[in-house]
Amino acid sequence: MLIINLIGLGLIVLIVWWFWLYQAQSTQVSDEQDNSEITVVVEDGIYQPAHISLLENKALQINFVRKDASPCAATVLFPELEISADLPLNKTFAVQLPLLKKGEYAFHCQMKMYSGTLVVK
Amino acid sequence: MNKPKDSTGHKNSQELIIEGASCASCVAKIETALKRIDGVDNAQMNFALRTVVVDGEVDSEDLVQAIESIGYNARSAEDTSDDELLDEKEIADQKYYTSLMRKMWIALGLGVPLMIYSIAGGPMTVETTLERGIWLFIGILCAAIMYFAGKHFYVGAWKSFVNHSANMDTLIALGTGTAWIYSMVVVFFPMAVPEMARHVYFEATAMIIGLIDLGLALEVKARGRTSEAIKRLIGLQAKTARVVRDKKEVDIAIEQVLLNDIVRVRPGEKIPVDGLVIEGHTSIDESMLTGEPMPVAKEEEDEIVAGTLNKTGSILFKATRVGKDTALAQIINMVKRAQNSKPPIGRLADAISAYFVPVVMIISIVSALVWLNFGPDPALAFAIVSATTVLIIACPCALGLATPMSVMVGVGKAAEAGVLIRNGEALQTASKITAMILDKTGTITEGSPTVTDILVADKSYTEKYILTIASSIESRSEHPLAQAIVDSAIAQEIDPEDISDFQAIAGHGIEAKLEDHHLLFGNQKLMFKKGVFLGEFVSKAQKLADEAKTPMYLAIDNKLAAIIAVSDPIKEDSIEAIKRLQSSGIRVVMLTGDNRATANAVAKKVGIKEVFAEVLPEDKSNKVAELQAQNEIVGMTGDGINDAPALALANVGFAIGTGTDVAIESADITLMRGSLHGLADAIAVSKATLRNIKQNLFGAFIYNVAGVPFAAGILYPFFGLLLSPVIAGAAMAFSSLTVVSNANRLRFFKPKEH
Repeated sequence: MLIINLIGLGLIVLIVWWFWLYQAQSTQVSDEQDNSEITVVVEDGIYQPAHISLLENKALQINFVRKDASPCAATVLFPELEISADLPLNKTFAVQLPLLKKGEYAFHCQMKMYSGTLVVK
Repeated sequence: MNKPKDSTGHKNSQELIIEGASCASCVAKIETALKRIDGVDNAQMNFALRTVVVDGEVDSEDLVQAIESIGYNARSAEDTSDDELLDEKEIADQKYYTSLMRKMWIALGLGVPLMIYSIAGGPMTVETTLERGIWLFIGILCAAIMYFAGKHFYVGAWKSFVNHSANMDTLIALGTGTAWIYSMVVVFFPMAVPEMARHVYFEATAMIIGLIDLGLALEVKARGRTSEAIKRLIGLQAKTARVVRDKKEVDIAIEQVLLNDIVRVRPGEKIPVDGLVIEGHTSIDESMLTGEPMPVAKEEEDEIVAGTLNKTGSILFKATRVGKDTALAQIINMVKRAQNSKPPIGRLADAISAYFVPVVMIISIVSALVWLNFGPDPALAFAIVSATTVLIIACPCALGLATPMSVMVGVGKAAEAGVLIRNGEALQTASKITAMILDKTGTITEGSPTVTDILVADKSYTEKYILTIASSIESRSEHPLAQAIVDSAIAQEIDPEDISDFQAIAGHGIEAKLEDHHLLFGNQKLMFKKGVFLGEFVSKAQKLADEAKTPMYLAIDNKLAAIIAVSDPIKEDSIEAIKRLQSSGIRVVMLTGDNRATANAVAKKVGIKEVFAEVLPEDKSNKVAELQAQNEIVGMTGDGINDAPALALANVGFAIGTGTDVAIESADITLMRGSLHGLADAIAVSKATLRNIKQNLFGAFIYNVAGVPFAAGILYPFFGLLLSPVIAGAAMAFSSLTVVSNANRLRFFKPKEH
């Protein structure tokens, strides 16, 4: 019984670490250009890549390619930037972001099941 | 359409969609063909997406031609119209629905018979070798169902897991996976499990997958209805336009209409793009955009907007705004944006949803441990059931959908009534307004004043002379009442005199010179300030003011010459609309630069008790602040031009009667028709939407907060009740459907009849 309880506790610790404490690697957008593009694939519950970083005051265009037919995946929101887009299925949809100041900007679907972050350094 | 990447003069970049490219070798062919075109700096094809990005200053039509000349089809990616996108979306949704329904039948095909067998008392236990064989067969069948009907859950769960995130898929995959794996362990190694716990749960796995597929399918249908309003707006767009080219009228696709094209519209046709009438006259039904039921007369020089309906005459007009610049396109854009923005009330749910799934996973483990440690026999079976049920019943979707679905429907509903809500925050604040400031001119009144009386004080002047002088002065003024006097002079064919030394004194009037005569034209304050004797005319002016007219004094050489009264008629339905606002508990205050007596008279007519009169334009925002200091949540309604600072300062700024000029930045809510009923409607819709959001959030919270402990077996010690995972699956599948359906109820919301 002790072993089972320990396994249970271990699982809980793993969940906390894996989902909350782990620092995700972010995909760096090339910082040499003044405006860059990155393709984000929307499929199977995740944005790929979900963590994007770029330098301050550089324009970025995110080309979303939605491959998930679920309606959850259909909308992407950048709440801080007041940007939202309806993503067509199996097509590229470009979202042009304004020049950004340093900080973290979240983007997610309406229900926050799909979520990603944009880190501006 | 070319799409500049930024405004600093960098190269334009555009994307084309290529059809018919089936092999990787096409890539080089297409790229080379494009690079040969003058002006193309680079062309790069993405074969996987069948798109090509072209850099350089070049017309997209040239690119399309070049690609077609080598045997492929191409079109500009940005060219996909809203209409096409919508059709594509509907087709995609329909496909998704069909595939979910098919999956549902597959899963329930196994789940339902097993379920019936178990309810009918059939043993679900593994004792004999024969039973092991049968259950092994069913277990494999179940695995096949998990693959065919539930693969998307497992793939989604795995991918999110690898990505350190968790979502609904995670819960479903874990729940059904646990049930299946446990059952297979029982089948393969019955001895490893206590005798009483040798129970299989294949029916739960199949039923849960089937029910959730069904729930998702119904949700797709219900979600389609939430975007009805935007579909209606997009549907207003005409598909073709009749354009005069080379002196002939030809029908062309709407996308090809260029700026300054001359367009012909016949009776019964939609206006294809925005423009100015250059020939003919007609009446146009603008109700689909503004909610204004009466057709509007249009003649030469009048503006017409895309999406409205030409009723009576045939007209020619010049296109002034096309494509994404038309008012209709802007309205669609604005509504779409607002539909996707979240009011602050949704933030809590957002914050919770970030932690939701891992927390449920932890609760599920804790629940299993509690059963294992303290539960009665068969503790292992109880532990598995409770862990699975907790995972399945929790529904982050319902919580996540609660706010956006209602906002979607509410904002769309408002747009149907000619009310454009900028974002979710405006929607929420509008529902909480306690005080509403109404600008008088143009808001309560028509904003088109006319001269009603001319009282000559000095009999040596004729009425006509008075009007000549007054209109000469006013022709240079920007005051709203000035136009009334100028119009009146024009109607009597009076030519203005040459005025010199023109000087406007804010809040008072105007000082000027005509030859060597000194002129003063303005309100009583101006006359007192300059020491003009008014005598009995003070009471005459008072009488005019009591009739809701605005008296203005004209003095020539510091001697009163006449009083000219101007009146701005009150909008027909202002009284009723103001009553609607007041009866919903809002303190209505009138604001005007007009004199107190006139203001009071107007206020009395429309039933407003509080008046801020004689307010200088720059002081309007102070009045907003004054009410805010009294802890009121203040709405300010004006025309959005003269009162921009006040609109911006108010908790919610309403711009009224803007017709289809939607680009009013200072307004949180734009009322496209002139009637104050639009204002009452806007508040009613926002209240209804907020109520709907609260119901949804409350429902979703309660569902999860009550459902999870129930699933964990909290009732077992008291009543011996433990929820079946199948019931949990059904509850979960329908909880998010309930949220969407409740939001859809808003579609039937009607503001009070007026």
